[in-house]
Parts: sequence; C-alpha cells; structure tokens
Amino acid sequence: MTSISILCLWLFTGYIMSNYHVVIIGGGGTGGALAHDLALRGLRVTLVERGEVTSGTTGRHHGLLHSGARYAVKDQESAIECIEENTILRKIAPGTFEENDGLFVAITDEDVEYSHAFIEGCAECGIPTQQLSKQEALRLEPNLTDDLILAVRIPDATMDAMRMPLRFFATAKKNGVDIKTYTEVLAIRKQGEAVTGVQVKDHTSGKVYDIGADLIVNAAGPWSGKVADMVGVEVPIRPSPGVMVAVRGRWCNMVINRLNTSSDGDIVVPQRGLSVIGTSSWVVDDPDNLGLPPDHIQAMYNHGTMMMPVLKNAPMRAAWSAARPLIGPRKADADTGRELSRTFKCFDHVDEGVEGFVTITGGKATTLRGMAEAAANVVCEKLGIEEPCRTREAVLLPHTAYYA
Amino acid sequence: MAERDVVFKVLRYKQGETVPHYDTFTVKTDENTTALVALQAIRRDDDPSLTLRHSCHHGSCGTCGMRINGEEQLSCVVNVQELGTPTVVVEPLQNAPLVSDLVVDMAPFFDRYTQPEMPYVRQSEFMPEADVPDGIGHYTRYENCLECGLCVSACPVMGSDASYLGPAAMAAAWRVVAEPRGSDPEFALNWADNEHGCWRCHVAYECTEVCPSDVNPAEAIMSLRGELTKRKFRRVFGLGK
Repeated sequence: MTSISILCLWLFTGYIMSNYHVVIIGGGGTGGALAHDLALRGLRVTLVERGEVTSGTTGRHHGLLHSGARYAVKDQESAIECIEENTILRKIAPGTFEENDGLFVAITDEDVEYSHAFIEGCAECGIPTQQLSKQEALRLEPNLTDDLILAVRIPDATMDAMRMPLRFFATAKKNGVDIKTYTEVLAIRKQGEAVTGVQVKDHTSGKVYDIGADLIVNAAGPWSGKVADMVGVEVPIRPSPGVMVAVRGRWCNMVINRLNTSSDGDIVVPQRGLSVIGTSSWVVDDPDNLGLPPDHIQAMYNHGTMMMPVLKNAPMRAAWSAARPLIGPRKADADTGRELSRTFKCFDHVDEGVEGFVTITGGKATTLRGMAEAAANVVCEKLGIEEPCRTREAVLLPHTAYYA
Repeated sequence: MAERDVVFKVLRYKQGETVPHYDTFTVKTDENTTALVALQAIRRDDDPSLTLRHSCHHGSCGTCGMRINGEEQLSCVVNVQELGTPTVVVEPLQNAPLVSDLVVDMAPFFDRYTQPEMPYVRQSEFMPEADVPDGIGHYTRYENCLECGLCVSACPVMGSDASYLGPAAMAAAWRVVAEPRGSDPEFALNWADNEHGCWRCHVAYECTEVCPSDVNPAEAIMSLRGELTKRKFRRVFGLGK
C-alpha cells in the first residue's frame, strides 16, 4: 500500500471514529471508568447522570480496595477480578490509596478451621497472604480483641469512595467527554429496533431536549433495571442494600475483616478519623427507597465489637444504606443477597430485539476499571472499532482536576 | 419509633431565573432521619427537579455541605429531629456561584486550593513502616480536610475579598509547613504571605466553628502568621531562617 493510501485510510477511520457517539446513562464509578476507556479509544462520549456524580451506590461503600480475599473461598471469579484490579488501580491512581493492608482475624475455633480453606483459596486466586500470630497481630493492631487466635495479612487498602472514581471522571473530562450532571433520562428514543438517542431533562434549568446516540450504555447500577424498562428489555438485577455505621475515632489502621464466611458486621475500615463497620444485606425492589433498619445498626455494633471491643462505646457519626447492584433474578422470592456473586456482566440486548443498547452491571468499586474494559470491548465490537484498551497503563489525573 | 412530620423550607433556583424563591415540603421523619435523607425523600416523592450534591452519606466525602437553619453543615450527619425546630430552612453554601437549588459550583474553591505542593493524601503515618517525623501524633491530620467548602461559606472575609485565599487552602499550606514530608514549606509560606493571604483574616474563627472534621483552619492561619513573623524578625536581625 502506498503511503498516501495509508494516510487516506487513517484519515477515514479517524473521521468515522470521531463521529460515533456513545451515550452512557449513570454517573457512578462504572460510568466514569467507561467514559474514560471509550475516550481513550477515540470515541465521542456523553455521560448523563440525574444527580451529582457518585451520588448513588459508588460514594457510599466502605472505602475498601478489595484484595479479593473475602471471596477467595466461595466466589473465586470475583476474587481474581479484585486482586487483578487492586494491582492495576494502585498503579494508575497513585496517592489515592492508603497503603495500609488488611487483616483477617480468627477469634473462634471455627474461624481457625476456616483459615485453611481461606489461605488455600487466596493462593489459588493469586492473593498474597502472611499468617500472623496473636502477638504479631496485636502489635500491629492493639485494639483487636484478646480472644484473637491468629490473623492473616492481605493487600486490602483504604480508599476514598468518592475521590477514587472522581479521577476517572476528571481524566475522561480532560479527554473530551461531555459529563452532564443533574440530567435525567426521561425516555429512550427508538427507530424500529434500534435505539437512536435519549430524551433528557436538565434539572438545573428545567430544559427538556434530545441527545442523539449511535449506541447507549446503561451503567445505572441498581437503577439499571429501571433504565432497561424504558426500552422493554430485562436486566436481571437485584438492588441489595447493606447498612454501614461510621463511628468517631480511627480505631484501627489496617482493614479488619472477620476470618469466616461473609456475614453481617464482618469488616471495619478506617476512613480518616472515622472507623466504618459494615455491613448487612437484604434485597429491595426500589433503589430509591432503601430505608435504614434500626436493628441493623445495632447488629453492626455487636458484630464489630466482637473483633474490636473498643467499638462498643465509640460514638456514632452516621449510619446509612447503600444498594449493591447484584446480578440475580429480578422478581425472585426475597433473599438476603449474600448468595449472589459479586462478579459483573455485560449484556448486549440485541438478543431481545433491541439494537444499540448495552448494559454493564454487577461488580464492585474495586473492579470498576475491569467492568469498563469489558463494556468498552462490547461497544467497540458492535461499532466495528479495533482499538485496544489503554486504561491498564494510563495514569489518572488527580480528583481535583474534575472541578477545573 | 417516634415518627414526626417536619416542614422543610428549601431555597429553589433554576438557571435563567432572576431571583431564588423558597418551596415548602412536609417530610415524615423518624429518630434516624438525616437532613440529606429527608431531601432525597422530597426529590423522590414530591419534586424530582430538586438538585443537591451528595455521595458518601457519613461525613467523609464533604459533598453535601449546605446551610441548615443558617448554619453550615454536612446534611448527611444532621439529625432532623435533634434540630428541634418545627421548620427546617435549607439553603446552599455562600461564597460560591449558585448553579441550581442547593448546588453550588465548587470550581473556584478547587482553583484556589489545588496546589501540587500541598498533597492531599500521603502514606498512612500510622503504619509501622511509614517514614514520618517524630511526634506525628501532635499534628492535626490535614488529610482530615473533606474539601467540603463549609469554612469558605462561613468565612466573613470571603464575601468582601474575592481574591482571599480562604481557610481551607491556608490550612493545607500550614500542614506543609508544620510537617513537610518531602514538600517545600517555603513555597507554602510565600504563597500565604500577602494581603489576600493569612494577613487578611479577621480572626472570626467561623471556619473552625463549622469544620465538620476538626481541621481547625483558623489556628492554621494564626500559625502561618506566627511562623512568617518569626522568620521576618530573624531576617531583620541577620539570624538566618
């Protein structure tokens, strides 16, 4: 091929690519990371969010960068996703994480019994572990209970639940993504079987208008079922809230986890001058109406105190609920949500007769970049774009750049 | 559970309007209802066009700052029934451009405050392997700053001097002087040493009063003055730094 024809081809693909327009619905961590990924692949992207960015589930989690150890026994797919993303995020978002590691603490014989499967599971998933004696663990964390038998150190870390994803939004914005906050989707426009855009309302002005799109990605987390209803497709999503309690005082410096199967109140995350105890788990139909069961608040204190007695009298700063977007049958009988996997899935709804509409859901804050990569791969394949993912290496701007 | 109806009087404003007005809403509350949860209930049940900022819901992110009954607060940690007023008045922060309802533009705040020489998060000084100065426990963790803007809203000088550096930024500057850990204290001192810097403060201590995270910006501004005065004296008497 002559150099001129290569140049023409390059100009032509550049022209085509810059004119594909993707609209992302949802300004949580997943939407922000997806906007960043697609922008790096050269697409034109608009992200719409009905409130402030990270105002749904994203900002409300513990602030834990998962090592994956929590899932190493029963949900290894999620565990492997977590440790991979844990390693990548530390590289692309330097300064965002406290390098404080985590401990899984055994305080009963049953916990000690579980530790064998736990250490084995971590090894299978590539999660480094270091077993500590009671004395060694107490030297690191003097507020642990005297009932402590042993502990296992793993590479958890504390992050800021809002500022970590904000770095994706900041970088996406710098790369040309149009982020429209306080902009609610009222309807999804279709022509025949294909979606063609969204009708939105700008709540800062009251203006209602249309945004055209070649492809729409539903990244609305626990709200993704509601968004999918607008085009008449089914997303198997269970909004599964949990209660968290923040107490005053930084009572541990590492992330403290109970060394047993996942249960209520099995984690304490230090967050600045606070300690966050979490979490419970149940399921709801409406992610806008989670409630805050008072017995769950007490349960957090009770379970947290078993690992760290000092928490018993720590004054409460806040208690709140946040809804996980777990993948599971939407209208199934009530369950606790504990048995649902923490992995993520990307759905191309073409099988249900709708073209140009993709949903990415499930997952965790720790896996936001991986979720975005998976969704961006589907988007690019559908649009016939052959651009590799670049988000494993691209270092993100600081969170403050979002406001610049 | 003691359920009680509480009236919320909320400032409303949309782009293009000439002046804001107030709307009232009645919200069912229980003993755990926070001002933020009540405002979300208004948005869900009464008026989806109500705009507000929020994220972490536990006083850690600093996003939901507003004035509640005239006082700067993080709405997520304000218990509605404990306020004890039959009507709760909710207004946006001051000294920041109003975008809509309770949302203000935080860009001017961050413009002033974001200096690469004043890092926000550093290695946790509590870990055994962290390389930190002796007596670290003596210092206020500047990382405790939530960037919420409550201090800037409450500061009486901010309204009269548009170029004033403001309490949050100067608290950041002082932390760098007090405990540099690799940053340059000279930069921070020079930055604060002007008529729109630490000398402009009226010592009202409103910033410290409203700080939800005990960062104590007013004390930091006084410390900047003290350090600068000390250095100036030493320079005059030829004693070096």
